[in-house]
This record gives sequence, structure tokens and C-alpha cells, in this order.
Amino acid sequence: MTAQLQPVLTANWGVDHAWTLASYTSTGGYEGLRKALAMSPEEVVETVKASGLRGRGGAGFPTGVKWGFLPDNGAPRYLVVNADESEPGTCKDIPLMMASPHTLVEGVIISSYAIKANRAFIYVRGEVLHVIRRLQAAVREAYAAGHLGSNIHGSGYDLELVVHAGAGAYICGEETALLDSLEGRRGQPRLRPPFPAVEGLYASPTVINNAESIATVPAIVKHGAEWFAEMGTEKSNGVGIFSLSGHVTRPGQYEAELGITLRELLDLAGGMRGGRELKFWTPGGSSTPLFTAEHLDVPLDFESVAAAGSMLGTRALQIFDESVCVVRAVLRWTEFYKHESCGKCTPCREGTYWLVQVLARLERGEGSEEDLELLLDQCDNILGRSFCALGDGATSPITSSIKYFRQEYLDHLTHGGCPFDPAAATLFEGVRA
Amino acid sequence: MTEQQTPVKTVTLTIDGTVVSVPEGTLVIRAAEQVGVQIPRFCDHPLLAPVGACRQCLVDIPDAGNGRGFPKPQASCTIPVAEGMIVETNNATAAKAQHGIMEFLLVNHPLDCPVCDKGGECPLQNQAMSHGRTETRFDGVKRTFEKPISLSPNILLDRERCIVCQRCTRFAAEIPGDPGIALIERGARQQIGIAEGRDFSSYFSGNVIQICPVGALTSAEYRFRSRPFDLVSTPGVAEHDACGAAIRIDHRRGKVMRRLAGNDPEVNQEWITDKDRFAFRYVDAPDRLRYPLVRDEDDPEGGMRPASWIEAFELAARGLAAAGGGSAVGVLPGGRVTLEDAQAYASLARDTLAGPDGAAHIDFRARPLSAEETQFLSTHVRGAAPVTYADLDAASDVVLIGLEPEDEAGTIFLRLRAVRTGKRIRTVAPLLSPGSRKLGAELVRCAPGGEAAVIAELDGLGADSVILVGERLATSPGALDAVATLAAASGARLAWVPRRAGDRGAVEAGCFPLDAHSRDADQIVDATLAGDITALVVGGVDPDDTSDPAAFLAALDAAEFVISLEIAPSAVTERADVVLPVAAVTEKAGTFVTWEGRRRPFPRVFDKPATYSDAEILSQIATRYASITSSAANRNVALTSADGAGARRAPEAGAAAASAEIREARNRRPPAREGASRESAPSAPTTSGTFRLATWRLMIDNGSLQAGDKFYSATARPAVALLSRANVLKLGTTVTVSGDRGSITLPAQEADIADDVVWVPGNSIGRGVLADLASPGSMVEVSHA
Repeated sequence: MTAQLQPVLTANWGVDHAWTLASYTSTGGYEGLRKALAMSPEEVVETVKASGLRGRGGAGFPTGVKWGFLPDNGAPRYLVVNADESEPGTCKDIPLMMASPHTLVEGVIISSYAIKANRAFIYVRGEVLHVIRRLQAAVREAYAAGHLGSNIHGSGYDLELVVHAGAGAYICGEETALLDSLEGRRGQPRLRPPFPAVEGLYASPTVINNAESIATVPAIVKHGAEWFAEMGTEKSNGVGIFSLSGHVTRPGQYEAELGITLRELLDLAGGMRGGRELKFWTPGGSSTPLFTAEHLDVPLDFESVAAAGSMLGTRALQIFDESVCVVRAVLRWTEFYKHESCGKCTPCREGTYWLVQVLARLERGEGSEEDLELLLDQCDNILGRSFCALGDGATSPITSSIKYFRQEYLDHLTHGGCPFDPAAATLFEGVRA
Repeated sequence: MTEQQTPVKTVTLTIDGTVVSVPEGTLVIRAAEQVGVQIPRFCDHPLLAPVGACRQCLVDIPDAGNGRGFPKPQASCTIPVAEGMIVETNNATAAKAQHGIMEFLLVNHPLDCPVCDKGGECPLQNQAMSHGRTETRFDGVKRTFEKPISLSPNILLDRERCIVCQRCTRFAAEIPGDPGIALIERGARQQIGIAEGRDFSSYFSGNVIQICPVGALTSAEYRFRSRPFDLVSTPGVAEHDACGAAIRIDHRRGKVMRRLAGNDPEVNQEWITDKDRFAFRYVDAPDRLRYPLVRDEDDPEGGMRPASWIEAFELAARGLAAAGGGSAVGVLPGGRVTLEDAQAYASLARDTLAGPDGAAHIDFRARPLSAEETQFLSTHVRGAAPVTYADLDAASDVVLIGLEPEDEAGTIFLRLRAVRTGKRIRTVAPLLSPGSRKLGAELVRCAPGGEAAVIAELDGLGADSVILVGERLATSPGALDAVATLAAASGARLAWVPRRAGDRGAVEAGCFPLDAHSRDADQIVDATLAGDITALVVGGVDPDDTSDPAAFLAALDAAEFVISLEIAPSAVTERADVVLPVAAVTEKAGTFVTWEGRRRPFPRVFDKPATYSDAEILSQIATRYASITSSAANRNVALTSADGAGARRAPEAGAAAASAEIREARNRRPPAREGASRESAPSAPTTSGTFRLATWRLMIDNGSLQAGDKFYSATARPAVALLSRANVLKLGTTVTVSGDRGSITLPAQEADIADDVVWVPGNSIGRGVLADLASPGSMVEVSHA
């Protein structure tokens, strides 16, 4: 197939003032909402189920199925949108909310209607103040237009939507830590069960979805489940935003059907920057095991990426060319995990603290070959032992980089330090030369 | 235990090849304990909610009971058992996981075990030996913190030792409901700190030191004082309240170094109050009485001189004999005696000194009391069917009247808090105290003195209700009768909760008037002032605790002969003719009887030479008394015609010469500080003033057994007068409360309390409310200070 963009969420990004209600409405915005309000909530859930939409936050759990888990126990229900996008490399939700916040707002209204929630929350990463303001402005506009509030468009359905800014903790992207944070407590993951679907926000049935998942809902309702299901692969339906960053000619958001390959995406993005060679890349953010040039043709869908030994994750494709020292990159990521470990469980808290020291020593060329075995054993003691998936994610870059670039680690030892010129990988490299 | 036998569904699983059946919902780590498998753990604590933070207890579950295994090791402290589950706690997977976690825990843990308080009794140390590697692979830079920081005056935190298992923060939030400490920062810098906007002022804070699985939390007083392996441990029973909490007394070379909570699931579980933990220095106070004292016949000032035990026993016996025994002697054992000591006091009063009419003037109550209470103790407390802690668990409805469990009975407080969910707890009180709030109690508002009417109105009680009444109710006319009526009418169970460890035992031993012609403590004071009683035997009684401290002191001065059995100098020993130092709780074996009626025997900790319990001393006196009276009687029989009445009066005549010198010396005693007459009758409190006086004693206050640990004392709640908002606005933030015995000035604090009621702490300033202000429930005046 000839690779091509398939803009759905990103379709209106180029429109003038796309973030305003007027602009959004002029390009067909809120049509999905009107259609949804004409349906029963159950029909909306069925539509999303039939579309095959899978969670865009990384785990890929079917969204419609998740909505079906809520018990009918009379307690209030909540929709919580996880927009605490903080993973290194991941940059899809924030551009989406920046360019077209109403897409998300409309998605929230339809999704809340479907799960019969009268109160919804968007938990946005606190550092992106400009995005928070756009989102707040969009919510204000939506209230003014009657898309939010009581008796929305005469349907008898009420919904209050709160935009909540996080305080800058990576852990709050973990759904139960997010709930604790939203409740005003220290953000640390909760023991499960009970699962959020049963006892989530304020111990009430709660659906937590990624921002992109929710933003996809209006299009599904508007165009129908079949339209969405026909796109993508057999088990990974639809389209998704692929975020290309790093050493590509035109980094940015590329919305395409799931199953597209990096080779095709690189073609769309004008190839590697400066015609250099691809060295390694992450398929879905720093927590997904690295790929190399040998994986250029792996279809980027949930199943194929998993079969190749990584995870589709958030489709955050960080592209590194041959000028980059993999040890240095892995050390930087590990420093991030050390800094962001919430501290609740031992392996993540102490493990990341120790990993950084071993990696830093290796990068300085001061370690020994046994340190590689030590690193792998530390990772083995963290992976699957930590309380939440963040600890697991911290091991991915290390184990995968040793798997593909063991020699490069050893070269640091023989070279007595990093054999790479760190400036060679920078954007200003050509300028300075 | 009286828990109902409801059929519990059991689940059968296999742990390390051993098949075990446990109740459904049991956690794997608990099930493993059932088959003797100890899975290493840090954050797990059986009395705290599972958290799964430390990950030390990882096990391999090759079959979750559904034929499929968990792909990863599971935390056995958070995963419940399932039918057919197979658990491996020590196979290669589990061992690798446990070793891995242990190695991580030690990454940032200092190697200061040789100077750490916990070294030798440290779960981290022990489990590092059993489940860790022998050599570290970590050769990097350890995280460090400034050390130590104070979490409270008596609890210090060495953050670099902390493994952030959260046992302390979870304890604080879950058990006493004092969430003054919390996690702060994150990652490897995560640490325990003071919770935002709070302080860690909890009466139960010391428990966090004990449950800390490393040496991060230490006691300011005990820190660096001894090594666990140098200490000898003796089980004990806490002497500070009537709850009977099990404690462990750790001592070295005849000195108590620290006290820990014992583990008694039926009583205090694994928790004790800070008072039980820290207030033990009085035993080693420098002014402890160590040898008998008698009036010095050669001292023109009437001072005391040391005496041998033999001489002191003899003089004591002669003094009692000279007084004529029986109706002329009042016995006041106090509320801190053991059951055995109480029985000895009762025997002295009832058998040795028995009056001609069978009257025995004995009363253990060293506090305001009433005839109504005497009747109540006889009818509803002495020998009553026990109401136990387990009954509190099972009750659907608990009513507290005249009782503040957090201050007065800490173990009851924690027990009620642990089981408060789904239970209705009501408190008849002038205000909702912090403790009541933490119990989720409903306030049945009642000004002091008005309890009887309020109790009569209580509804909804039934056979699964428990009524707990405090000893303070004695001061409220009609209240105890109303409680008894309510219990009888509703079928509710009734229990009396006194404040002191010896109170219930003294009731059981009969240390209070059992018939109409025996005098109670107040009547003994009156009779002494009237000259009807001429000799007093006084145990551990602080005059300032009594109904009318001035009258009590006056009675001591008025009495011809006073024997004091005390551990330290007091207002009583000052006025006594014979002072007999008695053994403290660590120096004798004995039994306390809890509020439930449960007997709590404890062994002797220290065998100190020439140290005797009250019972041993009283037995010596009784023997000598009998010998004096019988020889005098014999002489009398020989001299005069055999006449019953004459024989009865004979001892006085016979012993008169022997005790003449004592009396003479006594007459040279320093003059009484107060006039030897009663200033006011406690039964008729003053009616002037516009505020009714509400009071109870805070757990940590100026009680004489709490002296000696400045860190502990610093955790006392500040003494404030509680007034309604309107009164605080009107009277200002410092007020003077004036009663018929004096006035006290203290800060005022707003509370949800009636406009005509003022609350002050019972014994937190000066000599306490009874001596310095007025009788509880009486009218006082409050003015701007």
C-alpha cells in the first residue's frame, strides 16, 4: 500500500483559529454530539465497541469494553480524561488540545453521555499552561453554546466538565495515581482491586481514558463504527497520531492508519535529517523497548510491535541517527525515571537510583563488562516486581539497548569514555561546524 | 471471647507443598504463617490495611487456582487466597525476587547497625541475613539526610535509615486517627515528614517506634541508651489506666530502659498509649523512699528519722492498737494497688481492725465519690458478669457516659476506633472532644450534673448495646442510678470504667463500704475531723485528687496517728507518723483487674532487697497488731473480770504506753498549712457563678507517675479553657476561672460547648482543679484575665 496520511483528529489543525468554537463548528464540529444525543447511551457504547477503538494511552484496551465494566450500583459515575502526557517522546495529546481542544471536549460530552456520567474531568499536565488555557477557553465556549451544562440541547442530559491541572508528576499519568491526585491527595498508585471501574474517583465507578481515545469518539459517532473499523489492521482498528521526533527532516504529528511502518512514516517526514543513517528508535515512548533499523518495516499496530519485542505504546517515535550514543540516551532516560519515581515501591525507587549510578559510570568508561550483567540483573529485579508499570518502563531502554548495542557499551570501556561527539547529534551541529 | 460462631467459608490452597485451609479473603502472607512459612516483609502489618509498597514479600504463584499462573511474582501481602491456588515462597523465582528487593532496600540504607537502636532486633537486619545476599553489589553513593529530625518532642527520625514502608504513616492515620506524619518528596528523596498544616501530637505516637522495621524512628529518651541484646525483657501490665494493656519491660542492671507494647489480641492488640510506654521514670526517681521513716522523738521540730523495718512495723501496729482499731481507724488504699494489695488492705480493715459493729472504714476512692456510687459499685460492678473488649467489637451500639476513652482509657479508644465502622457510638458529654470526633461519635450534649435526665432520654438501646460509664459520673447526682435503670430496661450491657489500674481490683477485694455503718472516703475525712476516727492508714493517695483536698489535708493533721504506704515523698508522708516505702509495680508481682473484670497478673521484674509490697507490709503490721492486742487482752483478762466490752477496749489501754512517745513526738509536728476544718462540703458545691465547671484529666498531665521524662511531658496537650464562641469573643483569649477553692488563669479556646459551661483540664496546671478551683460540676465564674 502506498503510505498516506489519514487525517481525522488532525484534519482541522490547519484551519485558521482551529481552536475556537466557531472554527471547529464550521468544519463539522459537534455534529457527532448531536448524532449521539439522538441515540441512546447504550447505542453509543455499542458503536464505540463495534468500531474496535483501543485505548490510545499505550495499553490498547478496547475502549467500549472498558465502558461496559461500570457496575450499576446507583453511585454517581465519572469520566476522567488522562491528558497528563509526560512520557519522554510522547507529544500527541498536547498538540491535539492545543490545535483543536473542542475535539476533546466533544469527545468528553459524547463519552460521558454514553457511560451516564454527569461530571467529567480532564486532568492536564500542569506544565503546559498555554494548552490548559486553550482547553479552559474551549470549555467556556462549549458551556456558552449549550454543549455543556444542564439539559444539553434539550436532551435532558446534564454534564459538568472540569479542567484540572496536574502539578508536574509523571506518576500522575498512572490512572490510579491520577485519581488520588485529582482527589487532592499525594499522587501515588492505588492498590487494585478495587479497579477504577468499580471504585475510582471518590470511590465511585469511573472510566479513565486517554485524551486521544476520547477525542476519537466524535469521529466514530459521526462517521459510524464501520468507517473506523475498516481502517487499520484486523485487530488494531482505525487511525492514530504518530509523533515523529528527533533526527527526521520534518518532525511532527503524522496521523495515519495503524499498521503503517516507520519506513513509510519516514518517507512522509522527508527522511532522516541530513540523510544520515537510522540507528535506533522508540516505537511508543521511552518506556517501550528500542527498535533499530532492522525494524523499519514492522507494521505499527499493537500486535506486530509486540511480536517484534516492543510495545506500540503512545506511538511516540523518537528517531536517533548514528551520531547518537545509545548509552548516553539511555542514561538520560534513566535519569528521568529516577527523578520521576514516586517512591512508593522499593524496586522502582531504589532501582532507578542505582541504575543511574551504574550507567553513569559506564558512560564515563569507568565500569567493567560485569556491569552490563549487573544492569540486566537489576532490570530483572525491577521488571514485574514494581507496584505499577512505571518501574517496568524504566527497564525497557536499558535491556533493549544492551540487547542491540552491547558492543557500544563495551566501546566506552575500551575508549575510556564516550566515543561519540555529543555535539554531533545536536540541531546546531551543522551551524557550528 | 464471645464472638458469634458464624460459619466462615474456607479456601484450601497449597503453600510450599503444604495444604492449608483458611477463611476466604485471607491474604497469602497470613495463610503462609498458618503453615509456619515466614515470608519476609516490611510494609505488611496484620493490624494495618495492606499497601504492597515494599515488595519484599514477593512469591511465585504458578497456579492462581484457575489453572493459570501469574507470569510475575506477586506481593503476598496484597493477594487473597483462592481455592486450589499453589504458592511457592522459596523456589528460584520467589527467592530471586526477594533477594532482589532486599538488595534494593540496602542500596540507600546506611551500614550503621553497630550504633543503631534497632540493631539486634531489626527486621531489616534479620531479613537481610535470611533473605539477602552476603555481599553488596552496590558500590555507589548513598543518599544522605541531615539527622535526626524531630517528628514530635519524643520521636526522632533518621531519614537515611528509613525504607519508607509507610507503617508509621498508616498507623497514624488508621489506628489513632492522628495523621500528623505523611510522605513528602518523591523517588529516593521520598521521606516521612510532618503532614502539611499539622503536627504529630498523638497519645499513641510511640507505637510507630516499635513497628518501624528499621531504626529510623527512635525515642528521644531511649536513643543510644542500650542495645537490645543487653536488655532483659519481662512481661508486664500497664499501671496507668484500667485497661490492662500488656507491655514488655526491657531492663538492664536493675533499671528499666524502655517499655514496649506486648501483643495481646484480646486486650490491647499490639498498641499501647504513650503514657504506658514512656511514663516509667518515677520508679527510679531520685527521691524514691527506700527505707521506713518514723517521727523522731528527739527532734524538737518533730521531724522524721530513718527506722528499721522491724521498728517501723512495731510502731505502726502500736499506733493502730493505741487508736483502738475498729471504728477509730480509717483505711484509704488509693486506686493504684494490685488486687493482692487491695485484699491486704481489705483484710486489715475487715479482719484485723474490725470494729465492734463490724464496720470497716475502708475506701479505695481517692477522688470525688458519692453514696450513690457506693451502691452502684456493690450492685453493678463487684462480681458483675464481664463485659469485654470483644463485646465492644460485637456491639452495634456503644454509649459513653462520663468517659473520654482517648484521655482516660486509651486501649478502649483504639479498640472502638478499630471497629467503629457500622457501629453507632454516642457520647454523653458537654462537648465533642477530639477523641470522640475520631471515634465518629454522636454528641448527646449534657452539662455536668445534668446526666441523669439526659440518660433517661437515651433511646435505641438493646441487647447488643454496651454502655460504658466513667468514674466521673459519681459526681453527677442520680446519673449512676439512671444508667442502671436504662441498662435494666433496655437489656444493654453495662460496664464501669475507672481511671486507675487498681480501682476494679479494689472493688472486687471489697475496699469500699459494703454496709451502711461503714464510712466512705469522704466520711472518713469528716469523722477524722470530728475526732471519731483517730488513726489513718493511707496508701497511694494524692490529697489533691480527693473530693476536697483541703479537708483531706486537715484530716491528716487532725488524726492522732497516720501510717503512709508510699513510693515517694508526698503531702501524706509529710504528715505521717510512720512512713513505709512500698514496692513499685516493677518490684513486686501482682494482679491488676481491668475495667472488664479480667485479671491481669504480672511477674516481679526486679528483686530488690528490703523492698516490700503493700500486702507484705500490712501482713507484718497485722501480725504485730494481733500480738499486741492479744497480750493486752490477756493482761486485761487477768486484771479485771472477763467482760466482752472490756476486752474489746483493752488494746487501747495496753498499747497506750507504747505509743505515748509517738503521740508526743507527733504533737511537735509542724503546724498544719491549712486550718484543720473543712472549708466546704463536696456534696454541696457552691452555687455562685454563672458557668458550670466541666473537667476531666487529659491523658498526659501533671500526674505524679508521669514525672521524669521531659520529652514525653512535652507532648502534653496545652492547658486551655474551652468556652463557647460567644464567650471567647466576650472574655478574650486569656481567662481567669474562679471557684470556691481558688482561681486559675489560662488561655481560652473556642469550642462547641454551651454558653454556660466552661471546660478545664483536670490536672494540667498547678495542683489541679480540685485543689485550685472547685469541685467538678459546681458553679464557677469566668472573667477576662
